[in-house]
Amino acid sequence: MANNAKAIAAAEKKVSNKIGLSREDKIMYTVVNIIVCLLLLIIIYPVIFVVSSSFSSGNAVSSGRVLLWPVEPSVVGYDIVFHYRTVWSGFANTIFYTVVGTAWNLFMTTLAAYPLSRRNFQGRGIYMTLFTITMFFSGGVIPHYLLMVKLGLTNSRWALVIPGAINVHNMIIMRTFFRNSIPGELQEAAMLDGCSDIRYLLQIVLPLSKAVMSVLLLYYAVGHWNAYYGALLYLRDEMKFPLQLILRTILIASTSTDLTQIESSSAQEAAKSAGEAMRYALIVVSTAPILVVYPWIQKYFEKGVMIGSVKG
Amino acid sequence: MKNTQAPQEVVVTGTATPAPRKSPFVRKFQRDWQLHLLMLLPLIWLLIFKYYPMYGAQIAFRNYRARAGIWGSEWVGLKWFKRFWTSPDFAKILLNTIILAAYSLFITFPLPIIFALMLNVVRNEKFKKFTQTMTYIPHFISVVVLVAILNQVLSPVNGLYGSIYRLFGGEGYPTDIRSSASAFRHLYVWSAVWQQLGWNSIIYLASLSSVSNDLHEAAQLDGASRWKRVIHVDLPTIIPTLGIMLILRCGHILSIGFEKVFLMQNSLNLTKSEVISTYVYKKGLQDTNGFSFGTAVDLFNSIVNCILLLTVNWISKKASKDEVSLF
Repeated sequence: MANNAKAIAAAEKKVSNKIGLSREDKIMYTVVNIIVCLLLLIIIYPVIFVVSSSFSSGNAVSSGRVLLWPVEPSVVGYDIVFHYRTVWSGFANTIFYTVVGTAWNLFMTTLAAYPLSRRNFQGRGIYMTLFTITMFFSGGVIPHYLLMVKLGLTNSRWALVIPGAINVHNMIIMRTFFRNSIPGELQEAAMLDGCSDIRYLLQIVLPLSKAVMSVLLLYYAVGHWNAYYGALLYLRDEMKFPLQLILRTILIASTSTDLTQIESSSAQEAAKSAGEAMRYALIVVSTAPILVVYPWIQKYFEKGVMIGSVKG
Repeated sequence: MKNTQAPQEVVVTGTATPAPRKSPFVRKFQRDWQLHLLMLLPLIWLLIFKYYPMYGAQIAFRNYRARAGIWGSEWVGLKWFKRFWTSPDFAKILLNTIILAAYSLFITFPLPIIFALMLNVVRNEKFKKFTQTMTYIPHFISVVVLVAILNQVLSPVNGLYGSIYRLFGGEGYPTDIRSSASAFRHLYVWSAVWQQLGWNSIIYLASLSSVSNDLHEAAQLDGASRWKRVIHVDLPTIIPTLGIMLILRCGHILSIGFEKVFLMQNSLNLTKSEVISTYVYKKGLQDTNGFSFGTAVDLFNSIVNCILLLTVNWISKKASKDEVSLF
């Protein structure tokens, strides 16, 4: 991507040395740069606003004085957040679901992707068809729910881990990687030396697949971190709730800022405005883990989209 | 020399009791048994968690009672489907789903393409990289947090929306657009644009990077402006990718995701925000006797989706002479 724009620029320079950058082109570049700048601002601004609000005093937030930077800097919001018992349990649960769930995802996805990457694997077409059908058709949420009841998985932590083992789209990404990025000669040579399929997978394919593994690890992990639907359907016990469901209860199910509640005593007013800062703090706290690792993993995400876009 | 030319015959005549000839199936299985073994666990998972629910979907044609089970419940044919088609909610919900999906598609599909084309024009590498990094961030925010941010920022009392309203001289508080039925669709679609604009442009930027520089140089020597080159060089490059993405999106036009709509719903915007998936959840799972009815509605949705996908794919296959197709 980067090389391309550079190369175009270089080519343009070469040409424009001869004929010069036309006025039309100058306008084009200026207009595009301005629009991109504006879009950038529109997209970043809410993020900055949320972070600033979380570090402002409750009073400043609820009176709407925060516009860009923190006003009356304070960590009162964070203080309240960390006194919520369910926030802590939510964090612990989410970490459990993310770690165990992602490990299970990668294990199962590899098991399916590797045989399917082998072009002469007997029955490959049938297996692949079985997977593909599920991308476009499903039994629906209620039969799935009844199945979970039957298996005794309702109100169990495993309900959020086991059923989502393989995302077919991710499996295809991995299969395509195995097929295109690991030279077939390697397999022929290994097989001639009497290496079995399973040993070949473990000792040769996996060590060469760090790129695709990290991409899928991130895809799956972000998915688990942000999920709430499964928990909403299958969990009853609050101590098993992931963070997102706790967030929903605190942030969305109880919107306490209705117009009808404006007139209230000053004590309530103070509690409520601290609550406003707390809401922003909660938003930041729950998203921070992803945003903190984000700069380091960004290149992998892009790589994943590109591996995935190769039709296999 | 003779032996190497016909080794098989030599082996066969050489053995006292010729081994029984194995069918190609058995030979292949003996060769691939380890691969089948690897596949075993995913296959079991697939059958239990994906195919068993499809089999269970037949309760849409039965009067499901938990004690009787799937097979024991009596067969009622299309009763539930008819009930859905004739219910007063049917037209409203179907229309809500279609309008929301179509509005979503028309806005969130082309914008990332335009954004990618623009970013591709930007010549300052650092600025371009920075823009990409920043615009990908919202993608990683969960739906719960996204809707929470919407609720906070749009609060007429202490949100940004109220502040800006007063900043520009508004008196008191503006109307609460979070609980306004007419604003629901706009909020739904434009918050998605905010969240996915950068991320969805990655795939187009990737295919734009494959444009040959010679093409640009040649066009420029022929006097083509940058604008002309966007239209005649850059755009044609991403058409195949665009086609595939469009088919996929059209195929899912009725499967408006449950998660975001459900979170954005409140009693005041329900007339516009009730879609098939949230209706299935309410009628099927929150109602004790709604399993069969909910499944029927869901199945109806699934089948319409499948037909749409196949139709769009078929049209595109014809139109592009087999170039742009999923299968």
